[in-house]
Amino acid sequence: MKAADFDYQRPSNLEAALDLLDDESGDVQVLAGGQSLMPMMNFRLAQPELLVDLNGLEDLQFIREADGHIQIGSMTRYCELENSPLIQQHVPLFSKALPHIAHVAIRNRGTIGGSTALADPAAEMPALLIALDAIIVARSRHGERSIKAAEFFLGLYETALEMGELIASISIPISEAGCECGFYELARRHGDYAMAGVAITVQTTNPISEARVVFFAVSDRATRTEAVENQLNGVSTLAGEEMKNAMEEIGKLDFHGDLNADIATKQHLAKVVFKRAIAEIFS
Amino acid sequence: MINSQNISLVVNGEPVSASVPNRTNLVDFLRNQLGLTGSHVGCEHGVCGACTLEVNGSMIRGCLMLAVQADGAEITTVEGFTSRDKAAQLQRSFQKNNALQCGYCTPGMLASALEYVEAGGGADRAAIRQHLSGNYCRCTGYQSIVDAVVDVIEQGAKQ
Ligand SMILES: Cc1cc2nc3c(=O)[nH]c(=O)nc-3n(C[C@H](O)[C@H](O)[C@H](O)COP(=O)(O)OP(=O)(O)OC[C@H]3O[C@@H](n4cnc5c(N)ncnc54)[C@H](O)[C@@H]3O)c2cc1C
Ligand code: FES
Ligand code: FES
Repeated sequence: MKAADFDYQRPSNLEAALDLLDDESGDVQVLAGGQSLMPMMNFRLAQPELLVDLNGLEDLQFIREADGHIQIGSMTRYCELENSPLIQQHVPLFSKALPHIAHVAIRNRGTIGGSTALADPAAEMPALLIALDAIIVARSRHGERSIKAAEFFLGLYETALEMGELIASISIPISEAGCECGFYELARRHGDYAMAGVAITVQTTNPISEARVVFFAVSDRATRTEAVENQLNGVSTLAGEEMKNAMEEIGKLDFHGDLNADIATKQHLAKVVFKRAIAEIFS
Repeated sequence: MINSQNISLVVNGEPVSASVPNRTNLVDFLRNQLGLTGSHVGCEHGVCGACTLEVNGSMIRGCLMLAVQADGAEITTVEGFTSRDKAAQLQRSFQKNNALQCGYCTPGMLASALEYVEAGGGADRAAIRQHLSGNYCRCTGYQSIVDAVVDVIEQGAKQ
């Protein structure tokens, strides 16, 4: 199908974009990579009155190191993250996960801000940001606020963003020495949305500490599981009794089925991806 | 009234100016307003890859970009690829290997394969399949398409 008609504006600076967004009607939408919004508009699941194209905003396109963080402008495309030496050096979890996000032609357009704002429960990015303890910087005409990733994703396609706000940048703390990460997902075909996946960061200096285990494509949002993390923290490797307990805790997650897999399948696959990600970290 | 904008861009090396409705996507504009029917339209939601074409040096989905967003851009479609060495080699290799039957997927498949070959991708079949994973073909079963890409890479290595 074809998109319904709309007004189109392509502001050249952030202030102008925020002015356009400051509209009570709720019919204004921003266009980033368009890799989710354009399909929704073509299906007429989205019919904005005004589309504010962020592709002219150079002030949202950067990857830089500052104050112990890697700061990423929201209009940074997946392909730019994949090719960035700063990301390769400081955010290895991204380097592991990015090749699994859609296909090359989609990654050439799709942005980190778009994926974060969409909050698709099967998307990789929300889980990665929670695992990395990232901060999402939101801007509106009335100011700026920082939101922790763990408090940003509220449910199915639901985030803490308010009317008139957009994501300006995302800030990822540079991890300390000894921090390892693991990533594993199962999809029907390379690049498809996952049927189940997990992102893990952990301090592996004996004993294990600061584990963060975040599942995606299993519930209505990316889900951090402290009960599983507790099995990891304080041991030297995950095996035996602790692994058995971890499996039990994974089974208790709030699973939601989708078109790809029902609840029982997801329960099974979540355990599989967890075991494989752990094996990769400790191999 | 349909909202529209004036755009100026370069398509297959030629400067073009046109007035386009905001809601028109890039591939529809190229096909319907410029008569460049080489790029195909399948699913219109980014899944099939039939509309894959090049904008400012990277391959993208023509159905997921608005024509108004192409203002100032440089675009190359399958009609324009032929002047590039690797594209001409891929076209010959597709023919030789029976890598197309109905040909619906072919312009998009060539675009994705071209990106892989020009970036110096190796003849590893799994890597080729991974790169082409976003392009559906309902006829060939993919085997012959991968053969065609492997042939071009191996020929290049021999030269
Ligand atoms: C065939 C196909 C396969 C895909 N597979 C995957 C996959 O495996 N995993 C995955 O994660 N994704 C997948 N995607 C989706 C892709 O990752 C999208 O690029 C991403 O979800 C949205 O990013 P975008 O920049 O394209 O945003 P857009 O589509 O432009 O926008 C998405 C939404 O976010 C809003 N938005 C965008 N930017 C901002 C901002 N800065 N501030 C506030 N709101 C904003 C928009 O208004 C819109 O509501 C796939 C897409 C396709 C077409
Ligand atoms: S028509 Fe664009 S991907 Fe199918
Ligand atoms: S040749 Fe018919 S779809 Fe590929």
